[in-house]
Amino acid sequence: MTKQALPHSFPQGTADSADARPSAGAVPADWRDFFALTKPRVMSLVIFTGLCGLLAAPERIHPVLAFTAILCIAVGAGGAAALNQWWEADIDAEMKRTAARPLPQGRMNRTDARDFGVAISVGSVLLMGLAIGWLAAAILAVSIVYYAVVYTIWLKPRTPQNIVIGGGAGAFPPLIGWVAATGHITLMPVLLFAIIFFWTPPHFWALALFVKSDYAKVGIPMMPVVAGEKATRRQILIYAILLLPLSVLPWWIGGAGLVYGVSATVLSLVFLALSVRVGLRERTGPEDAMRPEKQLFGYSVLYLFALFAALVADRFLPL
Amino acid sequence: MTRETDPKRIRRSRNNVLGLLLTAFVILVFFISIAKMG
Repeated sequence: MTKQALPHSFPQGTADSADARPSAGAVPADWRDFFALTKPRVMSLVIFTGLCGLLAAPERIHPVLAFTAILCIAVGAGGAAALNQWWEADIDAEMKRTAARPLPQGRMNRTDARDFGVAISVGSVLLMGLAIGWLAAAILAVSIVYYAVVYTIWLKPRTPQNIVIGGGAGAFPPLIGWVAATGHITLMPVLLFAIIFFWTPPHFWALALFVKSDYAKVGIPMMPVVAGEKATRRQILIYAILLLPLSVLPWWIGGAGLVYGVSATVLSLVFLALSVRVGLRERTGPEDAMRPEKQLFGYSVLYLFALFAALVADRFLPL
Repeated sequence: MTRETDPKRIRRSRNNVLGLLLTAFVILVFFISIAKMG
């Protein structure tokens, strides 16, 4: 198959460009390309936090229903990711980190990606509603629309606060998991939502600091591009400071026990220490390897996994 | 891993995966029905 280059004369990220895009060629997309559209690596974090929300909830549901709820959360996230890639195919083609995805590589017709995203999104919401409950299904639907429309189409190309508001999309899984188990919303799942909401900016801006040139090239107004590195570092620090009390709040209000409380305190203090290092330093020059920023980004992923694992451990090992 | 370039084989492989997914879905619906009845 001849790899078909995307014609860059199309305006970036518009419905017209999406529909006017020529087909990917004679060779049909492999099933692996459809799987890649769902961003499996991001999905692993979604599955994990959704499962933790479900397991940390005070009520239990049948294991088959629990599995179905997590499956719906994962497939819904996959659908939103496919819609994100459908909309951003031009931008993805310009960035090193995303250029190997199926659409920029011309391995898939853009309309197929859109239809696939819509089909599995709708399917996941319907299955969640019919098998688990319509409140969990409604929150899942909101999270998909939030990521695919509010973040991808509306905010990301328009404001450097895109990550702050759009990052809320990634905060939904534990809330959905909790609601799937209990059938209602209480303060605890809202706190879990808030923790991921406040975690997202320092996590993503640490990445944006060392891939800044890529975002600048495609005109995405990421914080380091628009407000500069200094302002971004300051904001990373502010969010890390806010995250510390927020992460231990579930313990203070009695929603979690000592295992979670101690883990959250230690994990968040390390997060804050790494953020202070990033927040107070300046790039030494073009040769700067940006190690502290890379360390903060790497630790931020570990932090979220460990924090939610501690929440579940606390439920099963109450001290 | 080298990518498959024969359209027939790609379609067959896609159909196999789709068939497996549909079968898994039917089995899941069966178990969901039992769980809901319980």
